[in-house]
Amino acid sequence: MTTLTDPPAESFKLSMLIYDTRYRSITFQTIALIAFLLLIGWLINNTAQNLVDLGKEPSFGFMNEPAGYDINQRLIEYNSQSSHLRAAFVGLLNTLLVAVLGCITATVVGVIVGVLRLSGNWLVARLMTVYVEMFRNVPVLMWIVLAMAILIEGLPSPRDFRGEDAVASMSVFDSVAVTNRGVYVPEPLFARGLGDVSVGGLFEISLDLIAILVVLGGGLFVSNLIKKRADVTQNATGVRPRTWHLRTGVIVVPLLILLVILGFHLGYPELSGFNFSGGIHLRNSLIALWLALSLYTAAFIAEIVRAGIMAISKGQTEAAAALGIRPRRIMSLVILPQALRVIIPPLISQYLNLTKNSSLAIAVGYMDITGTLMGITLNQTGRELETVLLGMLIYLSISLIISSAMNWYNSRVKLVER
Amino acid sequence: MSNTHADTVLFVRDTMLPQQEPPASTVGALGWAKANLFSGWFNTTLTILSALFILYLLSGLVPWFASPTWYAASLTECREILAGHEGACWGVIRERWLQLMFGFYPSELYWRPVLALVLLFVAVAPVLFADYVPSKLLGFTALYPFIAVWLLWGGTIWAPVMALLGFVVAFFVFRYASKQISPALALIAGVIAALLWWMVITPAITPDLSRLLPIGIEAVQSRQFGGFMLSITIGVTAIMCSLPIGILLALGRQSDLVLVKAICVGFIEFIRGVPLITLLFVASTLLNIFMPPGTNFDIILRVMIMVTLFASAYMAEVIRGGLAALPKGQYEGADSLGLDYWQSQRLIIMPQALKISIPGIVSTFIGVFKDTTLVSIISMFDPLGLSNAIRADTAWNGVYWELFIFIGAVFFIFCFSMSRYSMYLERKLQTGHR
Repeated sequence: MTTLTDPPAESFKLSMLIYDTRYRSITFQTIALIAFLLLIGWLINNTAQNLVDLGKEPSFGFMNEPAGYDINQRLIEYNSQSSHLRAAFVGLLNTLLVAVLGCITATVVGVIVGVLRLSGNWLVARLMTVYVEMFRNVPVLMWIVLAMAILIEGLPSPRDFRGEDAVASMSVFDSVAVTNRGVYVPEPLFARGLGDVSVGGLFEISLDLIAILVVLGGGLFVSNLIKKRADVTQNATGVRPRTWHLRTGVIVVPLLILLVILGFHLGYPELSGFNFSGGIHLRNSLIALWLALSLYTAAFIAEIVRAGIMAISKGQTEAAAALGIRPRRIMSLVILPQALRVIIPPLISQYLNLTKNSSLAIAVGYMDITGTLMGITLNQTGRELETVLLGMLIYLSISLIISSAMNWYNSRVKLVER
Repeated sequence: MSNTHADTVLFVRDTMLPQQEPPASTVGALGWAKANLFSGWFNTTLTILSALFILYLLSGLVPWFASPTWYAASLTECREILAGHEGACWGVIRERWLQLMFGFYPSELYWRPVLALVLLFVAVAPVLFADYVPSKLLGFTALYPFIAVWLLWGGTIWAPVMALLGFVVAFFVFRYASKQISPALALIAGVIAALLWWMVITPAITPDLSRLLPIGIEAVQSRQFGGFMLSITIGVTAIMCSLPIGILLALGRQSDLVLVKAICVGFIEFIRGVPLITLLFVASTLLNIFMPPGTNFDIILRVMIMVTLFASAYMAEVIRGGLAALPKGQYEGADSLGLDYWQSQRLIIMPQALKISIPGIVSTFIGVFKDTTLVSIISMFDPLGLSNAIRADTAWNGVYWELFIFIGAVFFIFCFSMSRYSMYLERKLQTGHR
């Protein structure tokens, strides 16, 4: 019987820090950490030195001073006496507004174009290819500037609407005025409105809007309950009760009743003097940015949708057909749920891109967070470091929130594998 | 048996019928049209609608494009020539196209950017078309960045030469040291030697060299750069530098070294989370604050650094996708052959991972090139910045379609050819069985 003896214990030598794989990673990481900390320290030291030389103590006190500039497109109350902080908040809301509008429009256009690009119709498929290639291969900033130029130079001015022989006229039953100063659309008004409620002293939200949202949410909830009951009945008896009229009813009827109670009517824009008054005024800058961002992003979404549908093998369609499922239900029950898994991750990154691209608003004068905080506030206060860092932090938080929300959704629809 | 059916079947064919042509409606142009354009009422409606749409577009566009205003000197002159008809005002392109190409670069020196562009194609040819171009040209590719910088900015020849020599010094130090000590330490030694060369020796001897051998061409200031020349300069630099940095970042993100991984993840997520325009604000306002007092380096260089960092973060994620798509067996196979980390990356992993990520890499390139237009926001005169200046000119106030069609077409040509090249490359490197 042989006895195994332990190998003689090696004494630690300095060269083992480099040549021994057990220690090497620690050595290199220590070197990397020291180098990284040195770099950071060097940058901070330089910054501190420079700021002292310039006489600018880093502080965010300026955010409470009056901003002194006006923001024409805004969602909440703001005037030039409001603080820089409030100006930045107005800008943030404007960023979110154009991002949400853009994401919705881009998704709708993108899905339609993506499906049509797969159409058997040669002419339609080619047209959509031209659209996609045209928008994908030209910078988005050019589309934004071009859209702005078209809106300003190509549309009639408000005074063309005046007089007996007006050159221009309002569209959609005289309710929408498309002018080179922006688009005026009817605004919802409430004769017996509930007033506003202040949220934390920051801004005011209309109670009417909250009431409508609550009733709508309740209707959707009840409608979902009815659907679940129908599912249970179907599982038990094999016959699905007809529920569509009930489900539409519980959503529409309470909403209509609420609107009547609130005295809902539309306020139409009217020509008064040299300009329109009344209605909601959508500035050119918002429309140009919205249109250009949506159409540009839609081209990318179309490609994603096309790739997603093409990724589902033809066998799936054939197998579903062999089971006797009708063509429309094949699409909704078999193809789309699988395609969505392929589509959603790149779609999220397109939404993120659109949100980040909305910072190009500064090129057309739309006052988003870049235009307010990193534009006018920076120029007026001369606080480059604070404003730019704060702006970056805000964008970073928006991106992280969107991507984590979307990742949560993605993990819900993900294919469960072994 | 053969007679069983004799009384029920009256006729049995015992020869084959001659083959006939397929029906005329299923072959040729007619058959194609029926299958692709007019199959069913829905498709027919779509076809007719799109045909009407195309006709409407063409009826408006063709006369507009074919407008005889090439020699007009202002928008009013265009309107006189057109006499009330709708039409383009091409005079603005004729008058300003050199500006759109070169910005405010001195016109007698236009040959320099043109030569730099031609040499760029020579330099990238051995990389892009390795099958047709001798690989000896790769030496020229390595020299090209220094030649291009000298051609574009001009000045004494000794600055780029000394910069180049720094790399040569680093290489020789590395080669000599790697025989003595471990390669990683040798790499650090090489980098330190190069830094010493650039920071100590170069400032000491360049002025003397320039005085002794005054070889140089007229210097051009960065603020005179503009137009597509500026876009291409920034774009090409960012594209060339972002690929290697992106590869390193992707490897760092995949690495087992916790700290390196954390730094890489933090960098990538930070850069991807903020818009490029905020990074350009950093370049134009903050970068000088981060540097030692008194440093004031060139605005184009600052923008290039930021665009490169931006592109590398996206590149890193694309390459990480390629790395993740490789089967684990490839890593294990490389290990079992006894290759060390860098060898396995260089010989086994990267060639496959990069091949998988070609579409993503090229679309990042295209994105970077398009994003160079953002420099117009920090008041540099790229084509879009120039277009604003031209539209503010009294002679051309009110012109926009012509300018943007021209700028868009040039961008389209560049970006579309890049995407076509990526398709060609994918087909060429295709090794799967089809």
